[in-house]
Amino acid sequence: MKKKQFISAIFFVLSGFFVQASDEALKDEETSGDLKSEIKAYIRHHLQDTHDFSVGSYTTEEGKKKYIGFSLPVILWDDGLVVFSSGKLKHGKAVHRVGSKYYKLYHGKIYQTNAEGLISYDADKHVTNSKPLDLSMTKSVMTMLFTSALMFFLFRGLAQSYKRNGSIASGVGRFFEPIVLYIRDDIAIPNIGKKHYKKYMSYLLTIFFFIWFLNILGLSPLGINVTGNIAVTFGLALLTFLITNLTANKNYWAHIFWMPGVPVIMKIVLAPIELLGVIIKPFSLLIRLYANIQAGHIVLMSLIGLMFIFNNWLGSSLSFVLAFAISIIEVLVALLQAYIFTMLSALYFGFAVEEHEEAH
Amino acid sequence: MEKLLGEFSFGLFIWQTFIVVGLLLLLRKFAWNPILNAIDDREEGIRSALQSAQDARAEMQNLQADNERILKEARAERDGLLKEAREIKQKMIEDAKEEAKTQAAQIMTQAQAAIESEKQAAIADLKQEVASLSIEIAEKVTKESLSEDKKQTQLVEKLLKDVNL
Repeated sequence: MKKKQFISAIFFVLSGFFVQASDEALKDEETSGDLKSEIKAYIRHHLQDTHDFSVGSYTTEEGKKKYIGFSLPVILWDDGLVVFSSGKLKHGKAVHRVGSKYYKLYHGKIYQTNAEGLISYDADKHVTNSKPLDLSMTKSVMTMLFTSALMFFLFRGLAQSYKRNGSIASGVGRFFEPIVLYIRDDIAIPNIGKKHYKKYMSYLLTIFFFIWFLNILGLSPLGINVTGNIAVTFGLALLTFLITNLTANKNYWAHIFWMPGVPVIMKIVLAPIELLGVIIKPFSLLIRLYANIQAGHIVLMSLIGLMFIFNNWLGSSLSFVLAFAISIIEVLVALLQAYIFTMLSALYFGFAVEEHEEAH
Repeated sequence: MEKLLGEFSFGLFIWQTFIVVGLLLLLRKFAWNPILNAIDDREEGIRSALQSAQDARAEMQNLQADNERILKEARAERDGLLKEAREIKQKMIEDAKEEAKTQAAQIMTQAQAAIESEKQAAIADLKQEVASLSIEIAEKVTKESLSEDKKQTQLVEKLLKDVNL
């Protein structure tokens, strides 16, 4: 019974990509090229954050494109707060006027244009239109808010179940409690040490479940790609960076600027290297998570796209099997990347609070 | 790199940081701290329960060992007592025998002494009797000697016959 549910869940996940993939054949008149470039455009589109929450689109008999989903609020700072619904932009097909300004959605970004919605380029084909500060509630923002709400209710429920049920978790908490314990006993305590691990637990637990849930949502049929977005991973890595350096003891700084136990010349040589390491460590976090999730999505969607390129029963079924196998691996990668991010964060916190008995 | 930077959305970054920090603070208050405290309490409870069970077991073992020791001691004491009693019995019998023997020996010697003295007395009596008889006989003999020798001898014989020892 359990196995059956698992398999049907996988099919459900995979079917989401089917929906998207079948949409793609009908999509985007503007990229009116061959199937390959259409698929490419579709994948690129999927990887980007969007200003509306649409799970797919279809073309009506009159040749009009219809999107399945809903609009999200667009929030701009352009010499004052500008708020309107993303539906007004009509997926880049319309120019929206606010006061004396016109806004247009172009390749996932909002630009200020003239009344006709003219986009001008410079010699390097960069858009020269001015770009207002975009603080919109995009698809990724909505997904993160949803994940946060989910986590809040899930873990508050777990916390309350201890009170109700005499210190024993009940319900879905029974599944999450061992994971919480694992993070404490096998990630936090070995890396940070028994003395200091407590103050980092909240952060480690939060980012682990946040990244894991978002990774899993990225494999859902909704076509979400949050943790494969560089801004999101940058934000997460920045938090790890800040927490590491703001809670570091003087030992940590001594090891960076004036490495104990080595000759003075080496101290001078080591200082810039160590200082670089401070930045490289969180940087590796942000690139690793971004690249893994991004690559996973690209590979999976390419394999699904292959089915339509082959367009025969042998090649298509072969790429279906491949896509199926890759999505199972991606489920694992989703967990693994969350684990690695948490693990390395804990390791860096461990460096920050490490207490050396003697110089070495 | 330029593409990466082009993809970077400042708005999303702001939202993301805001959401994660907010989530972190909310979860810390409403979820992580209560969960971790509950788990800690539970573990502490389990640990102390295990410890007390272990203590109880150790105490039980101690008690058992004590019991065994006491039992052993009691048994040894009983054995000692029995042995002692047996020895005393043996000794009493021995003593009694010894005493009886000496008593018997004493009685024998006394009896012998009594017999001896009786005998001596009897002999003395006899001697006296013999002496008086001899005197008597001698008297009569002397009285008869006046008549005849034959008669004298007859008389002595007759007298001797009369003597009843």
